[in-house]
Amino acid sequence: MTSEHIVKSYDAELNHLNETILKMGGLAESQLAEAIKAIATRDPELAMETVRGDPRIDALEADIDHQAVRLLALRQPMARDLRNILAALKISSAIERIGDYAANVAKRAVTLSESPPVRPAGTIPRMGRLVQRMIKDVLDAYTEGDAEKAKAVWARDHEVDDIYNSLFRELLTYMMEDPRNIGPCTHLLFVAKNIERIGDHTTNMAEIIYFMVTGNTLLESRPKGEDASFAHPEPPQKDGGDGR
Amino acid sequence: MLDTMTATATGISNAILRAKNLDVFYGEKQALFSVGIDIPEREITALIGPSGCGKSTFLRCLNRMNDTIPSCTIRGTVEIGGHDIYARDVDVVELRRRVGMVFQKPNPFPKSIYDNVAYGPRIHGLAADKGELDEIVYSCLERTGLLGEVRDRLDAPGTSLSGGQQQRLCIARAIAVSPEVILMDEPCSALDPIATARVEELMEELRRNYTIVIVTHNMQQAARVSQHTAFFHLGTLVEWGATEQIFTSPSDERTQGYITGRYG
Ligand SMILES: Nc1ncnc2c1ncn2[C@@H]1O[C@H](COP(=O)(O)OP(=O)(O)OP(=O)(O)O)[C@@H](O)[C@H]1O
Ligand SMILES: [Mg+2]
Repeated sequence: MTSEHIVKSYDAELNHLNETILKMGGLAESQLAEAIKAIATRDPELAMETVRGDPRIDALEADIDHQAVRLLALRQPMARDLRNILAALKISSAIERIGDYAANVAKRAVTLSESPPVRPAGTIPRMGRLVQRMIKDVLDAYTEGDAEKAKAVWARDHEVDDIYNSLFRELLTYMMEDPRNIGPCTHLLFVAKNIERIGDHTTNMAEIIYFMVTGNTLLESRPKGEDASFAHPEPPQKDGGDGR
Repeated sequence: MLDTMTATATGISNAILRAKNLDVFYGEKQALFSVGIDIPEREITALIGPSGCGKSTFLRCLNRMNDTIPSCTIRGTVEIGGHDIYARDVDVVELRRRVGMVFQKPNPFPKSIYDNVAYGPRIHGLAADKGELDEIVYSCLERTGLLGEVRDRLDAPGTSLSGGQQQRLCIARAIAVSPEVILMDEPCSALDPIATARVEELMEELRRNYTIVIVTHNMQQAARVSQHTAFFHLGTLVEWGATEQIFTSPSDERTQGYITGRYG
């Protein structure tokens, strides 16, 4: 923000709101990191701890709602300030959703640690790192009021979609090869879907931040990867396999 | 910025008033610099900006109230319905009938409530007889929401009313001569929130038949009542456009700083 308000306490309140957003975002980012680590290391303890961490994010969302309502009522914000406060409200609900998805990933990590390992699980950390990076960048864009950075995150959503689509095909192939894979592969599929949804919410935050900074919306439609909902993978060749 | 026009942009289709290259001087000192703006018909335009930026000066140009200030000189044009109001043959009394004014401090004449409203129609000869005059007075008091409050004391002095009632009386007086435009210079700054809300509601009602230009220091009021907002700064018109646009995403940093309460 360029210059300061004549009323200093107004600045203090806006800064506090923005700090709460960052705290909440940082928490969601680390929840996601832990959940993915729990999958990679097959660690049910870590997974359970992550699930138990989710209510902290919900509490911060309530705190942000409260601060925003108070600012709207008492400061009657205008222009950039108004966009900032609306952005904080929308971003906090996006982060809250991200927290829920991370918790869901963690729950599945518990189940996955109890079933035999399947190879596609290796792709999950790669997808997770990409999305974590996006969350970090989007939070930086928020703090710095950097519209270009937000736009760059927004443009990266298709990378997540691409990984998700290829993982989706890979998992289907595994399931068709051996029905015993169906259980763990289905869990992995949901995990991948959750991470993909986290990517969507992050992209959404990027749009909100872009509007917050510029007052304009990102009009062009986001570059979309292939949609996995329409994928029809070929069944594997049954030439001399174990024919089950 | 689709809906924001810069001070130099030309033309909206439903302009009733149009100022072009308007310079105003008080003696040697220039108070307005090349102001150009269209005032759309039957809509409310709010003029905002820091104290001393020239809002009242601009407002007074719209019905030649500045003629009464000897040191004041004007360059440029102001058109109403396409005719320059500063042209030689303009009848200033008739112009001020068409473009009425309501001031910051309610200023009822030292006359009865009835005569305050009847004054204009009488001098402009708008009523053929007492019956017609009554009709005008009653309907104007009715439209400003005063009739119910003053029906049984129309002979009482206008100054015996409360501040908010006096301001609505002044508005009734302004509309009694069937103007096209009503200029209001901070009409609510001396009123409490309830009286202010009544005047704002009245403005919304009047907008069906009249064009209103209001100067206000209250950003929320500008945002609440107007469809168009113009921001003045140091004698220049910085930015004007749809109120929604100005208060959500102004294009000029000076506008942004002013409406969000920051140092310029
Ligand atoms: N009658 C006058 N004689 C000399 N200078 C004047 C006169 N009226 C206004 N000015 C000057 O012209 C400039 C614009 O004044 P104006 O009254 O139009 O400002 P304003 O925007 O209405 O301010 P405020 O919000 O305080 O009412 C100021 O510098 C003021 O001092
Ligand atoms: Mg003034």
